Amino acid sequence: MYDSGKIIPGLIIFVLFITFPVWYNHGAARAVPQPELPKTLKECVLPAADMRSEHMQLLNQWRDKVLRTGDRSFDVKIGDKEYQKSLMNTCMQCHTSKKKFCDTCHTYASVTPYCWDCHIAPVE
Amino acid sequence: MKYTFPLAAVVALVLIAWIGSSIPGMQYIFGIAVPYLAMALFLGGFCYRVIGWAKSPVPFKIPTTCGQGYSLSWIKQDKLEAPLTTSQVIARMFLEIVFFRSLWRNTKATAYDGPKLTYESSKWLWLFAILFHYSFLVIVLRHMRIFLDPVPGVVSMLEFMDGILQIGAPTMYMTDATLLLGLLLLFGRRLFNRQVRYISLANDYFPLFLIFAIAVTGILMRFFLRTDIDIIAIKRLAIGLVTLHPAIISDIGSIFYIHIFLVCVLLAYFPYSKLMHMGGVFLSPTRNMTNDNRMRRHINPWNDPNIKPHSYAGYEDEFRKDMVEQGIPVEKPLPAEADD
Repeated sequence: MYDSGKIIPGLIIFVLFITFPVWYNHGAARAVPQPELPKTLKECVLPAADMRSEHMQLLNQWRDKVLRTGDRSFDVKIGDKEYQKSLMNTCMQCHTSKKKFCDTCHTYASVTPYCWDCHIAPVE
Repeated sequence: MKYTFPLAAVVALVLIAWIGSSIPGMQYIFGIAVPYLAMALFLGGFCYRVIGWAKSPVPFKIPTTCGQGYSLSWIKQDKLEAPLTTSQVIARMFLEIVFFRSLWRNTKATAYDGPKLTYESSKWLWLFAILFHYSFLVIVLRHMRIFLDPVPGVVSMLEFMDGILQIGAPTMYMTDATLLLGLLLLFGRRLFNRQVRYISLANDYFPLFLIFAIAVTGILMRFFLRTDIDIIAIKRLAIGLVTLHPAIISDIGSIFYIHIFLVCVLLAYFPYSKLMHMGGVFLSPTRNMTNDNRMRRHINPWNDPNIKPHSYAGYEDEFRKDMVEQGIPVEKPLPAEADD
């Protein structure tokens, strides 16, 4: 083998770089975050699985509609009860804590939604 | 054939992952076994290829010089194009690897009636390549948010900058668009540039289609086919893979398995294909050698040590008699013979 003094260290650096996640996580997978669920209501505006995967799109649609038409009208339902299209007056009424609900998963997945650029986060 | 076969192969891979991952229990194959296998093939194959190159002797010193080499003191040396010292070589390599400098020299040949042949500078290849490679790099680094816990600030920062347009939710990433654009342009170049089209093979199109499919499935997963796309379950699986404690904690949509399977195919295919230019660029003898042929003798490593140097004087000593007999001029005459 020629130039092993340069090529072997280069390869080692490459392998360490590629396997960075392995030693960064110290070989242990932390338990997945468990957001705190509201105690009063068991149902959300969509089934839990849909909320989990699509809540950001729903909120985005609400925001666009409300900002463009000012219409917060009641097509949001839980059972028979109608709710407004509103982050603060609908979502945050049950999920009162941003830290214990929103942030648990968002921090874990490194998601930084810009809701709180305009809305004022609850004081906790 | 050159396009249809790779295209069919990519479609087949998508179908394999799609159908395969919807069979109960097969999620563990596509989500855990295949990624481990692909990573082993990638790392093993990469090292194998690089060591294979390292074992190949370079018989001649062959830097491509594209400028004035080191000469007399009043002749200006082109330090990047004909590097003499290691630091000049490092500078040349750095510009090559980071800025794809040699693509800047790409030319376009056109034949006119006459016949007349013209060459003109064509920087498009460089532009498309930069667009594609840097988008891909940012995308790979951005994906580290799924593999690292806690997520390092650098990754969050990169992700924030990439999504700074704040279009939609989840936010659109600029690199998603530029990667697709770069791929389309590189593919278009292969289709519409006659010379490039002529030399393009199935193994040139396959990675383009494969990476295109990876990007498209990723975009679909993030923005459109969000059913059962739970980032927490995905991150748990990814972290599990890298910590050797893999677990699939809930059903994840098929599009995720298609995406990850295509990535695995890319990883497994990588070391055995032209994509190895990632490692090869560091080992190109025409770029990483100093242009000092006339100062230092380059010994061909495969020279047989038993073959000793044979000087002309020695040669003449050996064959002088025959040479004189054949009338070949010699530097040293035959010694006068004793009798006559």
